[in-house]
Order: sequence, then structure tokens, then C-alpha cells
Amino acid sequence: MTTTQAITQPFWLLAELTYRCPLHCVFCYNPTNYSKIQNELTTEEWIRVMTEARALGAAQLGFSGGEPLLREDLETLVKAARELGFYTNLITSGVGLNEKRIQALKQAGLDHIQLSFQDSTQEMNDFLSSTKTFELKKRVADLIKKYDYPMVMNVVLHRYNLPHVDKIIEMALALDAEYLELANTQYYGWAMENQDQLMPTHEQLQAAEQVVNDYRAKIGKRCKLLFVVPDYFEDRPKACMNGWGSVFLDIAPDGAALPCHNARQLPGLEIPNIKDYSIKEIWYESQAFNFFRGDAWMQEPCRSCEEKTKDFGGCRCQSFLLTGDAAATDPVCSKSPHNNVVKEIIVRNDKNALTQRPQGKKPIIFRTDKNSKELTRVLK
Amino acid sequence: MTEQTSESLPERPRLNRLFRLQWEEAQQAYVLLYPEGMVKLNVSAAEILKRCDGAHTIAAMVTELEQAFNTTGLRDQIEGMLRAAYEKDWIK
Repeated sequence: MTTTQAITQPFWLLAELTYRCPLHCVFCYNPTNYSKIQNELTTEEWIRVMTEARALGAAQLGFSGGEPLLREDLETLVKAARELGFYTNLITSGVGLNEKRIQALKQAGLDHIQLSFQDSTQEMNDFLSSTKTFELKKRVADLIKKYDYPMVMNVVLHRYNLPHVDKIIEMALALDAEYLELANTQYYGWAMENQDQLMPTHEQLQAAEQVVNDYRAKIGKRCKLLFVVPDYFEDRPKACMNGWGSVFLDIAPDGAALPCHNARQLPGLEIPNIKDYSIKEIWYESQAFNFFRGDAWMQEPCRSCEEKTKDFGGCRCQSFLLTGDAAATDPVCSKSPHNNVVKEIIVRNDKNALTQRPQGKKPIIFRTDKNSKELTRVLK
Repeated sequence: MTEQTSESLPERPRLNRLFRLQWEEAQQAYVLLYPEGMVKLNVSAAEILKRCDGAHTIAAMVTELEQAFNTTGLRDQIEGMLRAAYEKDWIK
């Protein structure tokens, strides 16, 4: 039996202002074909999006990208958002955040900055010892503090930096971070392309988790450490987006309205654009936002599973990427008939690590315009 | 993990700068907004948190709220709420 639930209000508006980015992170979740997505929304269009989403009840707003600081109207957008009553979050690599801009952002009413640590060079192994990166982050961290923002840092973890998680924590402490989110790579977009290279071994993960726990005991309240375990290693899927079309509304740089960051890749969805519809029409009436709402779309074992109200069947994109069927049970779930796909990836990966073939067969692919054009061509 | 609960409350509680207290029309309630989240507050919690401005002492809050609600004996309830807020890092 399926149930019809009332459509809830959107809560979280993610404004992906641009796909442009000065960095080339191999674990980026942006679509690999981003280079063909152009025609960024104008300032006025963004303000309309924010106004309409706020009227529907959205209270959290994330300015993201790409690198949102590349938008010269960021300050204008923050000001408008704040006046609408949004809690405004800037999700940034810090590249381009100088004193003039942070002062203007503060004045505009920006509530919060989340600083991510990424590679600013293509030399992965150089990442942690890269004084260039550290100096940049140090400068930005000092600015963040000077303007009385809490220092909240985010680091994406993968095979190459998991063994150095202690150094990452030390770096966060040296920067006086108050929160450090250690988020294991989620395999979408560029990260999926590079899965063979990025996926850690089970052993690495356990060791890293132990290090994090030891630090927690040692540093107490000085810096809060969040460690997000990759779902491949769990036996239940994540409650992706807290349910499809339930709280999360993502507007891509070109105005595409997405129920999740990667919805564009799912087959059968008619992705609405804010240039054609109001946010209200998109949220309540569009085919895409209703596609996986509720549980009528579910297959077994989800359909009759009592945990469906907890995890909503997991992640649609992951189901599609790993089983070819976006409506299938997330294969991370041990009840999924496709769970072996995930288990095989883990086993293959552990074996690769043992036989010293961490590179697998493919070379690592950096997020660059050139690679994006290349991948777009292959996809066609 | 055990939280320390015996810590004494700050003399003049102040809302943690990560949090913003505001009236939310869509919820018809006061809420606390913080990075990526929101807590819906009941009336008494909202009235207490409004006074966590770094100027009010707890005693002053009690007096003010007892006057506002025309009642007495609110101290325990207010301290209990503040303790919970302190443990959640809402106030400093």
C-alpha cells in the first residue's frame, strides 16, 4: 500500500551561482559536463528565485558553486537574501576572499562562511605540505576571525588524505577552527569518474576514525570534529535530501531547478527552469519534483520496508549510477538485490590497494574545462 | 560520550553568534537559525532566548518574565531551559 502525503515546504535553497571555479578538485560533485552549461542567471533572476522560495517557507540559503566568489554580484545577492530573512551561508574555497570583499559581505549581512580545503594545484600528493595552500587558508582564516565569523572548515576525505587526517586536524587547530567537518567523498560527478582512485580501504577508514576519536577526547570543546562515514561502508543508505522534494531546492547556474545536486543525470526527469516557471509551480507541480515524492514509486524491498520512512530508499542518483535504475533500492542497503555491486567495489578496491595498484586502470581526472568538454563528447 | 552537566551557567547569557533568533512567518513561531539548520521554539523558550543578550543576568530575566506573564516561581523553569540551551551551545 502506498500513502499520499502532503507536500512539505522547501527549507533549504541552494543557489549554485556558477560552475566556474579556480580549482580543479578530483572529488567535485558538479556535473562532469558543466562546461556546456552556460548562460548564468542574472542578479534580478536570482533575486526573484530567492524571493519566491522565501515566500514558500525556505529559511536556509547556501551560496555555492563552483566558486561563488567569482560572481561579482555576490554582495548584492547576500544583501537581498538577508533582507528577505534568510540565514545566509557562503560555501567557498576562500580563493578570492580578500578584506574588501569580506567587509562588504559582512555589511550585506552574511551569516556564515564555510571554508573548504581543496587542492589549489594539480599535485595531489603535495596537498598537505603545500605551503601555498596553507598560507592562503591562513590569510582567509584570519579574515574570517577578524570579521567575527566562526571558523567552520570542511575537508573532503579520500584515499590520499585519509592517512593524514591527524595533520588535517592539526592544521584546523592551527587555524583556530571551531568546527571541522571531515566528509568522506560522495561518488557523483567528478568523484564518480575518479572512484577507483579516491576510494579508501576499509582499513584506512577505521584507522582515520580512530584518530578522529582520539583527537575528540584530547581537544574537547576547542574544535568540534564531525566525521561523515562514506555510505558504501554502511549497511543502510543515507536519507538522501531528507526525501525527494521534501526540503531541498537546488537552483543550478543556468536556472535549472533540481531536487538534488545531480538530478540532471537521471533519466525520465523533465528538469524545470526558473526562466519558464515560478518557484511555486516548480516545487508543487513540476514532474521532476513529484517524481520520487512519497513512496508510490518505490520497488521492493523498499515498498514493504518499515525503514522507508527513515531513509526514503536512499539516493536516487546512486541507484541509477550503480544499478542503471533510478527507482531501485539504493544498493548500499544490505537488503538491496544489488548490494553485491557495492560490496564488489569495496573488495576490488581493497585488493587494488594490497597489490599496490591504487591507480586502477584509468588515470585520475581533474575537474577542468578541457576534461569537461572531453567527457561531454564521450557522453553524447 | 558523557557531557559535563555540572558546569555553571554564564552570569549574563548571550546567544551564540552562530544562531539567529527570528519570527518565522511560515512556521508561525520563533525559530533559531544556525548553519544549515533551524529549531522551532515554543513561546517560553523564545521569550527566554530573546533576553540572552549579554546584558540581562538570569535574575533579571526571571524578574522580567514573571512580570510579563504575571506569575511567580519561574526561576527553576528558566534555569532548566537555559541549562539545556547551554548544553546545546545556543548560548555562551
